Amino acid sequence: MTDDGRIIELREVKRDYAVGAERVHALRGVTLDVARRDYVAVVGPSGCGKSTLLNLVGVIDTPTSGTVAVAGRRVDAMRDREATNFRLLNIGFVFQRFYLMPILSAFENVALPMAEAKVGTAERRERAARLLSYVGLSAREKHRPAELSGGEQQRVAIARALANEPALLLADEPTGELDARTGAEIIALFEKLNADGTTIVVVTHDEDLASAARRKIHMRDGLVVDA
Amino acid sequence: MRATLAAASLLRHRARTLLAILGVAVAAAMLLDMVMLASGMRESFRQLLMSRGFELRLAPKGTLPFDTDATIPNVASISSTLRSNPDIRLISPVLGASIHVPVGERTVSSAVLGIDPLVQGDYEMTEGRDVTDMGSIVVNDYLLAQLGKRIGDTIDVATGYDPQTRTYAGRRPLKISGRVRFLYGAAEQSASAMRRETLEAMGGPRDRASLFMISLAAGADAERVRIWVERTFPNVTAISIATAIASVDERLGYFRQLAFILGAVSLFVGFLLVTTLVTVSVNERAGEIAVLRAIGVARSHIVQQIVIEGVVLSVVGALLGLGLGLVTARYLNTILSDFPGLPVAIDFFLFQPAAAWTALGLLVASGIGAGVYPAWRAASLPISTTLRREAIA
Repeated sequence: MTDDGRIIELREVKRDYAVGAERVHALRGVTLDVARRDYVAVVGPSGCGKSTLLNLVGVIDTPTSGTVAVAGRRVDAMRDREATNFRLLNIGFVFQRFYLMPILSAFENVALPMAEAKVGTAERRERAARLLSYVGLSAREKHRPAELSGGEQQRVAIARALANEPALLLADEPTGELDARTGAEIIALFEKLNADGTTIVVVTHDEDLASAARRKIHMRDGLVVDA
Repeated sequence: MRATLAAASLLRHRARTLLAILGVAVAAAMLLDMVMLASGMRESFRQLLMSRGFELRLAPKGTLPFDTDATIPNVASISSTLRSNPDIRLISPVLGASIHVPVGERTVSSAVLGIDPLVQGDYEMTEGRDVTDMGSIVVNDYLLAQLGKRIGDTIDVATGYDPQTRTYAGRRPLKISGRVRFLYGAAEQSASAMRRETLEAMGGPRDRASLFMISLAAGADAERVRIWVERTFPNVTAISIATAIASVDERLGYFRQLAFILGAVSLFVGFLLVTTLVTVSVNERAGEIAVLRAIGVARSHIVQQIVIEGVVLSVVGALLGLGLGLVTARYLNTILSDFPGLPVAIDFFLFQPAAAWTALGLLVASGIGAGVYPAWRAASLPISTTLRREAIA
């Protein structure tokens, strides 16, 4: 599989789950391409397979069948160690509930993926400070998550997602726990990120966030119905 | 970063962590005490036997020293033969008997050792002077108190009481020249010592000894000399420190078994405590752990972080427990030292650095073991499923 301007390539991807004795078909054969520097919103009703799609692209899940390639590499059959390293260096995650480490400061949270990637201390400091400045939280770098508002926590989470300069930023309902005003700040930040060259795929129910994306992908019953 | 995360997650629930550490400390104290008990009496006994440098003891055939009234005849001849062996440095024949001292209307009885003060290995002077002449006697604190006398006083000492005729074999006034501490005597036991010639002159058995204590030349092989002695003198049993300890080991086997079982229980309780706490902590942080894995933190690093948490709990608890164990051991030792008939110098709980290291090592190993199950759970969390479950929750 080649990286010819496409950062995501899904071919006939299916994902089934066993729920008790039943099999749930979360994805029923999705084929999808996302170009580099694109900003894509995946929308659709709850249970349509949006998050499953995001998890497969984010290499935290594997498909039942079909192929998934990210940044020119097949990721659907990676071993755990390889997948972990791939995520560390190529993918940034932003979650609805922020999931910052409560015992670490904003600065330490942002530096965490860099420490894992063995980035040198000096560069780690410089990059973490730059990222916090980028998301507008320079003055809050010593604060712990509990001392930050929801919007600030999500901005720290975004800075953390960008720590290792990933090719792709994945966000699952990033405005889901924020009020409208704070959500708008995050939407603006995503637009700024995309304008600066980051590819973004966001799963959302938030119409404002979806409208801010360059492209909308509609899903229903485990299938892409409009790309 | 892993150590930071481990420490931070322990500090997140301070009260819970503190209680767990206290629990581990109690288990560690118990473990240390049991390790000290398992080897304490044996080591204490060995130190006692070695304290005066006599490696061999000769007792009448088939007996242990002072187990019976039996004696070994021909002391002069045996001593002469023993001296011919170049591996033997010192010979100290000891004759055991009883003395009776009238004090007002009553008679105070006491054990007495007939010794040669230049080579004796049975007592330490605590005050006054040794039995340098035929007319003196040294006594322990208990006897001194029973007599109501002081150093320098003269007492009327009788030996060889015959219960049928109600007479004594010998009697003479002796001056209390000093106060001594008998190494092998119990605290509440009257004991005294005089020159062996004095005891013989007072009607004691002549040219006989209850015990020979032998000190070996540097580098001599105690076992070889022991075998030589038994072969040369068929009417004696030669006891080396090794054989004495083996005999003590046999008698105290149940102590060690008890200590082993209680120590193992303590270790297991500590293990369960740490495993439970870390498992609860991992379950609470399932979402966080799944996110760490999602952002690229290696499974092995998650395992390390969780194991570090278990080890920190165990080590901090163990260090506290070592101090607590020493205090409780000292207290228990005081209680058990009053056990009747035990030499004052014997300790049940003897602190040895090796015991502390053993306890600490076992606890650290148990801490690592205790972290393995929750670490395995944390590392095995399916990322996407856990995140979905967390989102629903």
